[in-house]
Amino acid sequence: MSDASALEVQAASAATGTLGRLQRAWDSDLAYSFRHSPVAVVSAIIAFVCVASAWGAPWIAPHNPFDLASLDLMAGDQPPAFLSGGTWTYPLGTDNQARDVLSAILYGARISILVGVTAIVFALTVGIVVGLVAGYLGGWVDAALMRLADVQLTFPSILVALLIDGIIKTALPRNLADAVQIYVLIFAIGIARWPQFARTVRGSTLVERGRDYVLAAQVIGLSTPRIMVTHVLPNVLGPVLVLATLNLGLAILDEATLSFLGVGLPSTEPSLGTLIRVGNDYILSGEWWVVIFPGFALVMMVLSVNLLGDWLRDALNPRLR
Amino acid sequence: MLAFIAARVLQAIPVLLIVGLISFALFAYVGDPVLIMLGQDYTAAQRVALEHKLGLDQPFLVQYAQYLWAILHGDFGISYRLARPVGALFVERLPATLELAFTASVFALVVGLPLGVYTGIWRDSWLSRVAMTVSLIGVSLPTFLIGILLILIFAVKLEWLPSFGRGDVVHIGFWTTGFLTLSGLKALVLPAITLGLFQMTLIMRLVRSEMLEVLRTDYIKFARARGISERGIHFGHALKNTLVPVITIVGLQLGAIIAFSLVTETVFQWPGMGLLLVQSINVGDIPVMSAYLMLIAVVFVTINLIVDLLYFAVDPRLRMTRMAAAR
Amino acid sequence: MSLLEVSGLVVEFPTRRGVLRALDGVSLSIAPGEVLGVVGESGAGKSLTGAAVIGLLEPPGRIAAGEIRLAGERIDRLRPAKMRAIRGRRIGAIFQDPLTTLDPLYTVGRQLTETMQAHLRLTDSEARARAIGWLQEVGIPAAADRLDAYPHEFSGGMRQRVVIALALCAEPQLVIADEPTTALDVSIQAQIIALLRRLASGHGTAVMLITHDMGVIAETADRVAVMYAGRVAEVGPVREVVHHPAHPYTDGLMASIPSLEHRSVRLRQIDGSMPRPGALPPGCPFNPRCPKVFARCLTEQPDLLPAGATQAACWLHDPRSVAQTQALHA
Repeated sequence: MSDASALEVQAASAATGTLGRLQRAWDSDLAYSFRHSPVAVVSAIIAFVCVASAWGAPWIAPHNPFDLASLDLMAGDQPPAFLSGGTWTYPLGTDNQARDVLSAILYGARISILVGVTAIVFALTVGIVVGLVAGYLGGWVDAALMRLADVQLTFPSILVALLIDGIIKTALPRNLADAVQIYVLIFAIGIARWPQFARTVRGSTLVERGRDYVLAAQVIGLSTPRIMVTHVLPNVLGPVLVLATLNLGLAILDEATLSFLGVGLPSTEPSLGTLIRVGNDYILSGEWWVVIFPGFALVMMVLSVNLLGDWLRDALNPRLR
Repeated sequence: MLAFIAARVLQAIPVLLIVGLISFALFAYVGDPVLIMLGQDYTAAQRVALEHKLGLDQPFLVQYAQYLWAILHGDFGISYRLARPVGALFVERLPATLELAFTASVFALVVGLPLGVYTGIWRDSWLSRVAMTVSLIGVSLPTFLIGILLILIFAVKLEWLPSFGRGDVVHIGFWTTGFLTLSGLKALVLPAITLGLFQMTLIMRLVRSEMLEVLRTDYIKFARARGISERGIHFGHALKNTLVPVITIVGLQLGAIIAFSLVTETVFQWPGMGLLLVQSINVGDIPVMSAYLMLIAVVFVTINLIVDLLYFAVDPRLRMTRMAAAR
Repeated sequence: MSLLEVSGLVVEFPTRRGVLRALDGVSLSIAPGEVLGVVGESGAGKSLTGAAVIGLLEPPGRIAAGEIRLAGERIDRLRPAKMRAIRGRRIGAIFQDPLTTLDPLYTVGRQLTETMQAHLRLTDSEARARAIGWLQEVGIPAAADRLDAYPHEFSGGMRQRVVIALALCAEPQLVIADEPTTALDVSIQAQIIALLRRLASGHGTAVMLITHDMGVIAETADRVAVMYAGRVAEVGPVREVVHHPAHPYTDGLMASIPSLEHRSVRLRQIDGSMPRPGALPPGCPFNPRCPKVFARCLTEQPDLLPAGATQAACWLHDPRSVAQTQALHA
């Protein structure tokens, strides 16, 4: 580095206030790695576009596919605009109930993202709490909690989620089931994924616990919960956040799979998985657009999240620097 | 060695008992078998009679004990939906799922392992980059979508392969196999690829990352310092050390294959255990659900045990420590 | 003629902050059968020099300038296949941690035979017999039985003996020993060093002994090169360098070693710390910390100059400066 730019960086580091911190963030290793990785930038843009358009669905969707009064049954079964028989009113075609595929995708993506993110946040919360407690307290608490996590980890998450979802759905009276389905789904997926977070946090907590700053805090007389939250927690968050990003794509796929199997979101409030399930019945008659476009949207979302997660993991890996 | 196995089996028993408890609780308290079996209209007398027949008026622990006893005798109850013994249903559907899972695993290993080794050693070649990109997409594609796409291309557009079912099967004893007929084999292709694709990409990425880790170790550096040929390093030292952790993960992935077969069987209407479960969940057929829960608990515990044994056999360092620990 | 001749070796690492010069013109030589010690602090470039000689620089590191000659031929620009033939057969290596140096899944015997058969024409039974011989030579009891044992079945000291056997079994002319005793118990260190010394002189093998432990050097080496900030500060016969250091850094090093004989109240140290590769000061890299610094040191970088019985990269030994310093300190 030339002396001139070295001095610039020094000056910027010394600057206080938001501008200084932004400058430092921009110059940090992580931001540098991001700026120079075309894959990370492109996938961040795609992810942003997906989230923004899904969140803005009520405003940008050309139709509301769930307002039954607005459906024009004559417009059903239309192919996408670029094929013969299609019109630009319904750019990606319509399904057999004259619902606009594009709008359905936007609303569906909204739900898919919502469920995925909430489920991961739920799993993270449970996992962090359990991991912190197990790692910090040790002894039989640790042994019991980790045994529980290990047992659950022997089963694939999708199976756990399916069974929890199925059981709750069967246990609830029929009319209640549809209304709370989204919460059941979030709960099922979250419960299926907490053990990995718990194990990672517990491992990091065990390491941090042996460090001097924890000992010092204990000597001062801080209470155990206080030490865990204010001192240990910030230091164990790193690897678990990478794990969360990588799991976000999986959670979205979990929801799509469960909806596809029929135990997820109902067709009155469809996610992308539900749309694909509904559309699957029509591919043999040639109406491929009802399945392919939602599928494409789903893959784009998950792919961009996975790419970002991969980049984040490589960027934060000290050995690869 | 025997002590090791015994120790692991003993560890597994509490797990199975707990799962059994959950299974039974499901069976006893969720859903209403009377409602499902008799339909909407029934008299109070009919309910009492049926409850007595099903043994639902006994105390909890008695019912639990009866349940466990029945299971040990292979009696898993009667399906509410199909009115047939669940055990018989399982036996009927198991071969379909097992043949599918087996074929998919073979596909995943045969393609994934060599690709993983190749992309680990020659990481910057164009084939490696292509393989990595494809694998990344593969990990982001849900299994059901892969199945649907394959059906669209090969069954609907090209009409080369069937889009559902198992084709013609041959009965051998209690087993039904699709391997012996042409239509059976053709029907196996798309579902096996669908089921195996996720595993294949996983194996490929895992082997690759293990390979890269191993190639950075001191002993590889020392082997280079001794002038060992590149072939000896890659296919001797590196490969052997890579396979050790890979075996565990691949073994555990067998579990994932069984889980994802649920989805594949649904997409292809494959008459296996997975489809049975999904149909049962949609209807609330508790006996099937709880029997399935017990069954997969046993299956996964067994898989874990076998993987542990394999690991033990392959890594000489573990033999000493494990045997010492089991004493 | 010297066996190994390194002249003006420059090793660079391109990083995103620019190119880092880790070795800034290293020159040293080793005669056949001689033990050259290479000492210095962590980061001075000792291990890098060894790695460059045997052609195992980790990418993105690369040799940017200079020459490495083995028995007169240049080896720093060889094609990979040719370099592979040299490694093990003409130059061997011993690394620091014997546990991670040995492949845990290969028996000790297999690692020995594979090394020998990579370079020498031997049948399997010949290789096996020789392997047993080597294990005996490095002092492993019951060698024939231990041949089929795995590395983790040996203790730390035994493992390093195996490593030494592996480094020597293809009969190289030069062995680069990078911190061979640092990971071992103090009680074992002496044994291993003595073993290395004995084997080397017995087989006529030269040794580049890289270490930060001056005591080991004083015991074992014939000549020693003191490295500082990617360059050689002083080189010469061990006795001379230790007792009559010509470079102020070496002087500081020797003085900082606590002595069993003299009682002192304070441990002497050299103030400051060694600069990192990207942050070298202009002129002599030692000038910020040197007690005898003068004007020329701040602007011009000295090469190795004759200084009595040794060579030192210090302007104090340039005849012209002698007059200047006398004037300064008079």
